Amino acid sequence: MTQSAEAAPEAGSPLPQFPMRRTCPFSEPREYAALRESEPVSRAALKVNGKPTWLVTRHEDVRRVLGDGRVSSNLKLPGYPHQFHIPEEMLAQVRLMLLNMDPPEHTAQRRMLIPEFTARRVRELRPRIQQIVDEHIDAMLAAGGPVDLVTALALPVPSLVICELLGVPYEDHARFEEWSAALMNHDLSPAEYGAAVQALDAYLDKLVTLKESEPGDDLISRFLEKNAAERVADHVDVVTMARLMLVGGHETTANMIALGVLALLRHPSQLAELRADPALLPNAVEELLRVFSISDSGTARVALEDVEVGGVTIRAGEGILALNNAADHDEAVFPDAGTLDIHRKEARGHLAFGYGIHQCIGANLARVELETVYGTLLRRIPGLRLAADPESLRFKDDAMVYGVYELPVTW
Amino acid sequence: MRVITERDRCVGSGQCAMLSPEVFDQDDEGLVLVLREEPAEGLREDLLRAADLCPSRAIRVDG
Ligand code: HEM
Ligand code: SF4
Repeated sequence: MTQSAEAAPEAGSPLPQFPMRRTCPFSEPREYAALRESEPVSRAALKVNGKPTWLVTRHEDVRRVLGDGRVSSNLKLPGYPHQFHIPEEMLAQVRLMLLNMDPPEHTAQRRMLIPEFTARRVRELRPRIQQIVDEHIDAMLAAGGPVDLVTALALPVPSLVICELLGVPYEDHARFEEWSAALMNHDLSPAEYGAAVQALDAYLDKLVTLKESEPGDDLISRFLEKNAAERVADHVDVVTMARLMLVGGHETTANMIALGVLALLRHPSQLAELRADPALLPNAVEELLRVFSISDSGTARVALEDVEVGGVTIRAGEGILALNNAADHDEAVFPDAGTLDIHRKEARGHLAFGYGIHQCIGANLARVELETVYGTLLRRIPGLRLAADPESLRFKDDAMVYGVYELPVTW
Repeated sequence: MRVITERDRCVGSGQCAMLSPEVFDQDDEGLVLVLREEPAEGLREDLLRAADLCPSRAIRVDG
């Protein structure tokens, strides 16, 4: 079977719209199972602009696409499947982030950053992450329940970790946290949101300028030092890189903290096992990452040449969404995929961090943050429970990264 | 059993070093480093898994 998004005019049947909603917060969108089964490489129309895109839903095919050198991550290419409206003029001016670069630029910048995120480096950060988590749990215990776990723990922990990684001076931590939390607050007016974006950008700009003259023991300073020799980035690129660390690492990790705790509270026997045996934590983290795969459509690409995937030819220039949430519910790899099972042997095979050259550079850091938060919370607040009707929780159905807006808990 | 890695392909995700620290590490550049090229037979399953999970197909297990 060969078809392409441009050929094969549809006889009256409109394309399904993307994104599709998760009707149950703990499941993938209902449509995915049917797609994997009968049309694993299929066409859809993007809700934002009606443009066609390919949806890839099987684990094997998603890996194939993301591991293929003939696909691009460049969001400026005409076929790129945007999920938000970006005016043309703005798009033309956007500085590409690592996430959207292709080789060789991608390789050069990524190589400058990977020493910051090695397994060893992340292990060294563990005690400091533990300290940050403990301080926030101390504050929760001092305040007494109920508290919103999102604002009390899920947002500040990853924000502080990134703060320290980037070398934000201690006296600026509070402001930094405030702006980065504002970027995730969907209740802000466009004007308030715009002001937060500008304040943070101006801050990061100033921070990079500071590091240029007064380097410290941090990611930005080391990046600048290497760059002085290799010259792969200018000042704006460095600011853009710093912003990507925040954007890529903050809301994602925060959402996984809150969703993971919620899922565990809904599975009390698995929660009890986890509390009794912390050695189960690493695999539980993988399973929670799999079940939620919160950055489902973050793995967007454009074909640079004709590419065959699952018997379908995707033409050069066409957009592709290699859906990692769909891949992570593929029964061929994860039997009984809809069920949370912290003992699941194959959990680590999930694609929630992507696959191929863009696979999440912060994956091991995120793993340690999640392990520390889940483990410490279960140990220190054994009576933790939800302080709201589960039906009343609001989930981030329209956002690029899935999550829960608030999670009232008490003990 | 031999573990073979291609540093040119490695994207430094550190999956291997996190999963099997007894066999893999990352050097100063963050690229894969094999600590034991001929690891004990008992590690075979782990190593095949590491090879499968490597996002850039930079790990091979021979023999
Ligand atoms: C649970 C938390 C996280 C999830 C689910 C997640 C998910 C992802 C995914 C799916 C990609 C691949 C996108 C693509 O292929 O186009 C990615 C890339 C990336 N992530 Fe994460 N991420 C998380 C945490 C973090 C953290 C903590 C950081 C940094 C501190 C980070 C920084 C990045 C960067 C810089 C990239 C781009 C890598 C590249 O293009 O080479 N992420 N992430
Ligand atoms: S898993 Fe693969 S890409 Fe990642 S560090 Fe190991 S060899 Fe390199």
